[in-house]
Amino acid sequence: MRQRFARLELTDIFIYIVGASILALVVIGTIATLSQGKYSSRAWFDLVMFGVTLGSIYALIALGYTLVYGILRMINFAHSEVFMSGPYVAYFFADALGKAGFVDKNPAITILLIFIVAMLSSMLVAMLVERVAYRPIRHAPRLVPLITAIGASFFLQYTFFRLFGANIKVFPEIDALSTSFTFGEFKLTFLQIFVVVVASLMMLGLHQFVQRTRVGKAMRAVAADRETAALMGINVDNIIVTTFALGGALAGAAGVLYVLVFNQVTAFMGFVPGIKAFTAAVLGGIGNIPGAMVGGLFLGVIESLGPTLFLDGLGIPAPYQLKDAIAFTLLVLILIFRPAGILGEVLTEKKA
Amino acid sequence: MKGRIIVALLAIAILALAACAPAAPSVSDPLGVVTIGPNDPVHVAWMLVVTGADGTLGVDSRRGIEIQVDDKGGKLLGHNIKLDGQDSGCGAEPGQAAAAKLASDTTIVGVIGSSCSSEIRAGGPALSKAGFAVISPSNTAPDLTDPAKRFAGYFRTAHNDTIQGAVAAQFALQQLKVKKAATIHDGSPYAQGLATVFADNFKKGGGEITNQEAVGPDDKDFKPVLTKIAANKPEIIFYPIFIAAGGLVTQQAKTIPGLEKVNLMSADGTFSPDMYKASGKAAVGLYNSSPDFSAFASGYKDFLDKHQKKYNEKPLSAFHAHAYDAAGILFAAIEKVAVKGGDNSLVIGRQALRDAIQATKDYKGVTGTLTCDKNGDCGAPVIAVYQVTDDNVTKGQTPDKPIWKPSAAP
Repeated sequence: MRQRFARLELTDIFIYIVGASILALVVIGTIATLSQGKYSSRAWFDLVMFGVTLGSIYALIALGYTLVYGILRMINFAHSEVFMSGPYVAYFFADALGKAGFVDKNPAITILLIFIVAMLSSMLVAMLVERVAYRPIRHAPRLVPLITAIGASFFLQYTFFRLFGANIKVFPEIDALSTSFTFGEFKLTFLQIFVVVVASLMMLGLHQFVQRTRVGKAMRAVAADRETAALMGINVDNIIVTTFALGGALAGAAGVLYVLVFNQVTAFMGFVPGIKAFTAAVLGGIGNIPGAMVGGLFLGVIESLGPTLFLDGLGIPAPYQLKDAIAFTLLVLILIFRPAGILGEVLTEKKA
Repeated sequence: MKGRIIVALLAIAILALAACAPAAPSVSDPLGVVTIGPNDPVHVAWMLVVTGADGTLGVDSRRGIEIQVDDKGGKLLGHNIKLDGQDSGCGAEPGQAAAAKLASDTTIVGVIGSSCSSEIRAGGPALSKAGFAVISPSNTAPDLTDPAKRFAGYFRTAHNDTIQGAVAAQFALQQLKVKKAATIHDGSPYAQGLATVFADNFKKGGGEITNQEAVGPDDKDFKPVLTKIAANKPEIIFYPIFIAAGGLVTQQAKTIPGLEKVNLMSADGTFSPDMYKASGKAAVGLYNSSPDFSAFASGYKDFLDKHQKKYNEKPLSAFHAHAYDAAGILFAAIEKVAVKGGDNSLVIGRQALRDAIQATKDYKGVTGTLTCDKNGDCGAPVIAVYQVTDDNVTKGQTPDKPIWKPSAAP
């Protein structure tokens, strides 16, 4: 710490001033809004819950970015399309079930089937992308896979766009999910609970998988040092494919949760949540699994709560148009004070 | 020597023949002319959003133009009509790209477009500079025909939203008898303009505007902003946005505590069966302000028959008739100003064409009797309010009959 202050430069001072003023604005805005007392505690609770719901979905997607980054040190920008392809394929399946009247009779089985279909399709797409777009150039300079990732992303987007049309496809509504529970003055829908529980279970499962199983141990070994892991007899190619498959399956599950909440499927639905999840991964510390979860939840809650909490009291009109600006400003703020992300480790020279 | 004379005579004869041959007439025009050769078609282009979530808006308009072309027998002054166009994506950037492409094609005489006000805001200057006459079937943002901001050669057959906003506010105050309203726009010129006009008129009529919120057109989660709105307990939410976002707002509004009973109202941008796909059952009860089809001229019934025959479905959105009339006005103006050469070629002065459209008076269109005012507003502004029923959503059809019409011209 002392060393850092000793080498304080003008730009550092400037950046800290920027950080401090953002922080001051956030604090002043929050106090101003809360002192007006315009919103009931129930409204605040709702805002937080919307944020947590969306945040858990971001977190699930973010895991895919983080897993791949941890192993390959590359950002898999096609991940947003991996996320899109699962629910897109599942849509045709769900639509057929819905038309046959199966959905209303067996909502639980329907949801389970949708999850299986979506996770399998996303997994397949993720593995395919790895095989076609990344493996042949694994030893190329680091910018090359970044560009092929963007290419793969566009390829998938426009393939779905051309194959299935531009119209918004609407997922059948599952009535069982819209029942709500009341706790005193607070109300929760079953869907919100479902999303949070499923996302948490999946994250917990992944964490256990990586920490407890042999394959998980091998993944950590490859992440730590690929060459040494290979020398120790670990099949690096297999581990990389497993990583993509895991990330893909999680993205597919996230996709299903996303369409259960928003009902709409389009070829371009992946882009925005993909960028948000990538942000969440960076925010939490990329390469770090609990970090992705923390980052996702943080981003979701800030997006939902931030405009009202920070800006309403300052009298700024139409604050929700600024929700992304707020979320990304806070990303800057956090990266100023914690450059490696909330839970990020400082990268050793070899990794960086 | 003799040979030389013969050659010289031949040359003179050829020159004389060339001079006598029927040539394209010379027309001078400050903006230049379009010369259409004897066998060339008259090239008219559209600039509409025909793909993506808002694609029905533009496809609907394009069909209106196509039916007008059919009615002309596909010919104008003995020349075929060539109709093609560019997708303008209902956004500023795709609009600009589409306009740039069209502007580079000097065979184009006139452009029917754009669909969304944002497209023409960005792309209009390029079209204007290229000398085209531009008639929009569905731009409704008020400032497009504001004399200070209008670009030369721009006209529209769509209503100006100063009228639609006023009618919507009048409906809320007089028919629904509500006093507190909230508005949401998506930052597009159309939505922002309409939401502002609504709010101004609502306040003028004695109502209170509790929130004027804005969202992004690609947003998915509107629950936070709706929760914010709910805190002020409005009785009606007016969100004149497009289908992708509009469907989600409709769907999510009902789930917000405190908004279960609120009146939801949108405008002509979401008056489409696609809206009911995007929102599902939540759209039942939704109010839409939109052109009053029941007040259209008698020709509208014929138009619908032709539409049904040609496309085998009902119109997809609200502006097919306006597009039909826009093309009609453009064709009439071309017929008026085109100078015919002896060899059946045509020369059209670009400024003359604009002047001819400007001079349009008492044109008998299907949306009414149209006269272009000095700002370029050519529409017959009849707006009514519709309400979506259960049946509409199930069948995927827009309501046939308005439930309310303004008592007096606002």
